[in-house]
Formats: sequence, structure tokens, C-alpha cells
Amino acid sequence: MTDRALVVVRPGALTTVQDRGRPGHAHLGVPRSGALDAPAAALMNRLVGNPPGAAVLETTLDGCDLRPRSAVTVAVGGAPCPVSVNGRPAPWGAPVHVPAGALLSVGKAVSGVRTYVAVSGGVAVDPVLGSRSTDLLSGLGPPPLTAGTVLPLGRPDGTHARVDVVPQPSPPTELVLRVTPGPRDDWFTAAALRTFTTRTYRVSASSNRIGLRTEGPALERAVDGELPSEGMVLGAIQVPPDGRPVIFLADHPTTGGYPVIAVVHPKDLPATAQATPGTPVHFTFVSGRNDRF
Amino acid sequence: MRALPVGDRALLVEVSSDEEAQALHAELLRRRAAGSLRVREIVPAARTVLLDGLDEPGRLAAQLSDARLPPVPPPAKDAVEIPVRYDGPDLADVAERWGVSPREVARIHAAAAFRVAFCGFAPGFGYLTGLPARYAVPRHATPRTAVPAGSVGLAGPYTGVYPRSSPGGWRLIGTTDAVLWDHTREPAALLSPGTPVRFVPVDPLPVAPFPVDS
Repeated sequence: MTDRALVVVRPGALTTVQDRGRPGHAHLGVPRSGALDAPAAALMNRLVGNPPGAAVLETTLDGCDLRPRSAVTVAVGGAPCPVSVNGRPAPWGAPVHVPAGALLSVGKAVSGVRTYVAVSGGVAVDPVLGSRSTDLLSGLGPPPLTAGTVLPLGRPDGTHARVDVVPQPSPPTELVLRVTPGPRDDWFTAAALRTFTTRTYRVSASSNRIGLRTEGPALERAVDGELPSEGMVLGAIQVPPDGRPVIFLADHPTTGGYPVIAVVHPKDLPATAQATPGTPVHFTFVSGRNDRF
Repeated sequence: MRALPVGDRALLVEVSSDEEAQALHAELLRRRAAGSLRVREIVPAARTVLLDGLDEPGRLAAQLSDARLPPVPPPAKDAVEIPVRYDGPDLADVAERWGVSPREVARIHAAAAFRVAFCGFAPGFGYLTGLPARYAVPRHATPRTAVPAGSVGLAGPYTGVYPRSSPGGWRLIGTTDAVLWDHTREPAALLSPGTPVRFVPVDPLPVAPFPVDS
């Protein structure tokens, strides 16, 4: 068969289609979604000659197995893992040729959480509001992959340069997150703000694409009562009633009613996508609103 | 009006009422349409409007602190009419809280001119204002695990329609066949912030088994 498609043989724990998401619809209650480790997804696209917004697969901890129906070039990166084609070892973080009908195995992550698989031509499921991303909060986009799912592939257009090697950051052994205080830091006691920036939190196993949950000392509120729901940004650190900070990731709700103590700098977010449960987390305030990095 | 920084690229503009939030939202949309405001997302909520994806949030914050809000402009379009059967499982409960008959709940609700204050919770879920403040009702202490799509509910000052089946704690007074969200449709959302809305009763208004006063 020559049709351009990818058959899912083993979906892994959670594998979704992701691109750069669907920003611009938050006022309708539509989360942005998109690859959590966006730089890794963009790099894998470059390796196979795709435009940066092509849809890739995002795996979670234990990879996935795929069988393309036509010959394709793939690149596997993000969380490091073993890669093989028909049982023969293949390179991670580099373009790999996969013949039609061969089995591409993306193994368990040796570190980090999310491995990205870019395929030449990109995954070509129908877009929803301009994006092919699976949104686990609202259910928009294709459902998580299951065994037997057949994913259509686009045609490589040949206008994007393929590269052979790209440097990739290692998954973090600790997260040091630069955060800007507010907008609701005044809902917390001075002691809570000190605790937030001086004590160590750890990544909770209940983290997902919606939020990175933490375990650690509870943050005490200075203000009781309810905050009327307000708009939320990517990287907002919301503090629910249990006092443990939650960092909002790509599938976060567009509005929320718990106070946001601070916001993570966008450049520090990709690392949060690769932090395994138990990873230490430190929050560091950067001064005022006019800082630029 | 107070503009709070949210990270490096966003502002949360806080006002003191629903009406001011709607006026601010309308004004920000006007500025964006006129080309004087460049921003990726304008997200209204109960007492705030979030502006996300700004190049110079500090400059806009300074501008807004001096700005005077024009009143909410009249709706630019006709009201979206949502046909509703006032047959919800909480209709009798709401009638008791309002101190009227279930039939009167339907009449009062269908007579109100609503407006979508903001969206959230799920794609296409609008928080509609328009009922007089005395008709505010609390959410259920324990949410239902599954509220059917098309359920029309009340919570606090808001009316909402569930775009799809989901857990929910709103007090359900009716049901509609209107499709609130369809991503294959343009626009996908029937209701967006600022949209005027009316609920149109599908006859007959409820009689038995509810007690009816004439």
C-alpha cells in the first residue's frame, strides 16, 4: 500500500497528537493545548523537514510503537529513549528512515516524561479551530491514540530544510522556575510568600497536561473567601484550598477561581513538561513586570 | 479600574461590577478592531478582563489607569433565541427559593433579556447575566456527576446551558435542543461574550405535577 498513514501498534500509556495548539479562543472557553515541550516538538519537525507547526505525537513515559504504510522519515526526541526499526537500534534525536510496513519502536523514557515523534509530512488528522492538538481538558481534537488507530500523514512539501543534528536540553533533575509575583500574591501571607520561594516542592505524580501539581508545604492565605472566576494564562501558579501550588500547562482551563500567586516565565515551561514525579521544584521571584530575558 | 501584571506578557484588568466588566470588554474589543490594541487573547470574566499576549503590558496598564469607560454599547446583533422546555429537575426547588410557582419561574426567566458576560468551564459554556439580583441561587453543595447536554441551569447570578454532558452543580430549570457548540460549524460557539440572549418557552409551560397558582 502506498497510502500515507501511520498505524498505531502500541499506543503506550498516553500518546496524543500535538501541534502548536489553538490559542486565540480562550474567550469561548477553549484551552490553548499544544505540545507541552514545544521546543522539542519544533526540533523534531526540523529534523524531518516539516514546518514547525506540523502535528507530531507526544508520548508519556513509555513511548509507543508505530507502523507507517509508506516509507517515511521520522525523528524521535524530547525525553531520551531507545529507538528501533524492525528491532534494529536507530538513533534518537536524528532523522531515521522507516521503510513502508516496518515497525518503529519508541521505547520507555530513560529520563524525562514526554518523547516527541515527528513524521515527514506531519500527522494530518482534521484540524479543529485551526489545530490538530488533543485537548484532554475539553476533549477537542483527536482522542488519545489506541491500538489500531490509523493516522493520516501529510505530504512532505520539501520547502523546509532538514537538519542532521540538533542540541537538545537534558530533562531536568531539578526545576528552578523563575516566576513573576501576582496577580493575586496579596491573597497570601508574608510567611506563605517566603515559604513559596525558599522551601523545596516536589513534582506530584498526579501531574498531567492540564497542570503540574506539587507536593510540599501548604501556602497560607491572607484573604478568605472566594475569588470570582478570572482568566488564566499558561504558567499561572494557582493555589487551590489544599495550599499546594499547581502550575497551569497547555490544557489548562481558561478561567479559574483560585488565586494565582505567581506566573512561571515562558522559557522555563518546557522543562516542566519533562520533570518526573519527585523532581525538586524551586520557585524564584524575578523583580517587576518590566523584566525581559 | 486596576491593571495587575500577569507574568511578562499579560494584564488582568479588575473592575468593580459585572456591568463594568462588560463595558471594559466591549471597549477593548473596539480598540482591537480599530487597530490600537494588539493582543492575542481578550478573556472577560466576572469582575476582570484578561489581556494575554501583549508586547508592552506596562504601557497599556498606564493608559488604562487613566481611561474612563464608556457605557456598555447596545448589542450589535439581534438576540440569540434559545428554545427551552421548563422541565428541569430543580424547577420546583428554584420556585420555592424564589417564592413563586414553577410556571412563574418560567415566565420570569423567559421575560429576562440576557447577555453573555463571559465563557468558561467548557467550550461554548456561557455565563449569562440578566436576571434581577434577587433571583440568585446557590449551586448544589454536591454537584451532579452527569448533567445532560442542553440542560439550562442557574448558579449565583448566572444562567448557563451545558454544551455537552458533564458533571455540574447548577440548579437545572429546563432543557433545550439548541446546539451550543459544534466545532464543524462557523462560528463553533452559539454564545460568545457580549451576545444578547433570550429564552423562548416551548409550549406548554409546565403544569402538572407542579402546583400552579393562577
